[in-house]
Amino acid sequence: MAKKQSRPAAEINASSMADIAFLLLVFFLVTTTIDVERGITVRLPEWSEEPPENIQINQRNVFSVLVNAQNQLLVRGEPANVDELRERAKEFIMNPLKKADLAEFPNAAIISLKNDRGTKYGTYIEVYNELKAAYNELWYEESQTQFGEHYSDDLPKAKKDKIKAKIPFVLSEAEATSYGEESK
Amino acid sequence: MGKFQKKRGDTAPAISTASLPDIVFILLFFFMVITKMRETELKVKVQMPSATELEKLEQKSLVHYIYIGRPMERFQAIYGTAPRIQLDDSFKTVEDIPLFVENHKQTVQPALRPRITSSLRVDGEITMGIVQDVKTKLRKIGQLKVNYAARRGVNKKAQ
Repeated sequence: MAKKQSRPAAEINASSMADIAFLLLVFFLVTTTIDVERGITVRLPEWSEEPPENIQINQRNVFSVLVNAQNQLLVRGEPANVDELRERAKEFIMNPLKKADLAEFPNAAIISLKNDRGTKYGTYIEVYNELKAAYNELWYEESQTQFGEHYSDDLPKAKKDKIKAKIPFVLSEAEATSYGEESK
Repeated sequence: MGKFQKKRGDTAPAISTASLPDIVFILLFFFMVITKMRETELKVKVQMPSATELEKLEQKSLVHYIYIGRPMERFQAIYGTAPRIQLDDSFKTVEDIPLFVENHKQTVQPALRPRITSSLRVDGEITMGIVQDVKTKLRKIGQLKVNYAARRGVNKKAQ
């Protein structure tokens, strides 16, 4: 058996490795888009063929918001501005002064949103955002008074559920009217 | 005493760059993992509205995108200027949505399917009509989790 020739292993020059890795790195840096996608999450109601049952709801518990094709708002039968929507919705839900025409209890309050097929999508989102903001602010305040904590995604689910049981998010969207539909 | 004196070389030792590739590779892997290639080319103009009450979309593999907007100028000769729906890479109609959603569903593990979200990326300037049709279609096929994509806006109250 021939004795193995012991030879020092040739060193591989690795200095260009960094260059290659940098090249790849730059490529991925350029192609990467770190935009966290955000949006307003909604849960659509389930579809049913039957017409909805006619449930009698006390009118004082309904906060109706109508948006027409000219992007004008009608809140509880009166013209209104988007800017005042949030405060009005909050007052309606909590009814701190126990007014006779606002919601009996926060969990009886129903917000009804109805838009036209000609309503601008941007306006619809603005209105929806304000209504959602009203609830978010109420949840935040409730969380502060009940637990002394910020309302956030990190709040334990049990606490969240407790807050939401007191102030549930009820936003019902009616079938859109079609007065101002854009011609195709 | 002289015994322990340090031997000094004539020149300063070269800094070893042998670990440089390792560092760069770590960075490289980081970017490779977080990268998601843009696979759709927008054919409709989508300028999303801004909002404040936003939630993050959790897992990108559980999201499919429905783009709604007016066709870009180069497509207007063929497709007109009325708002259109874009799914994946082509113009589609409301009728194509069920198949599109179903195809996406097949790529997701059954256990995760209830968490599939439809991200509606809609131009702020178009009217609700077509959005309403899409929403109705999604409700009919039981795809109820919807996200209206929006840019982060300034809180009105904070102003």
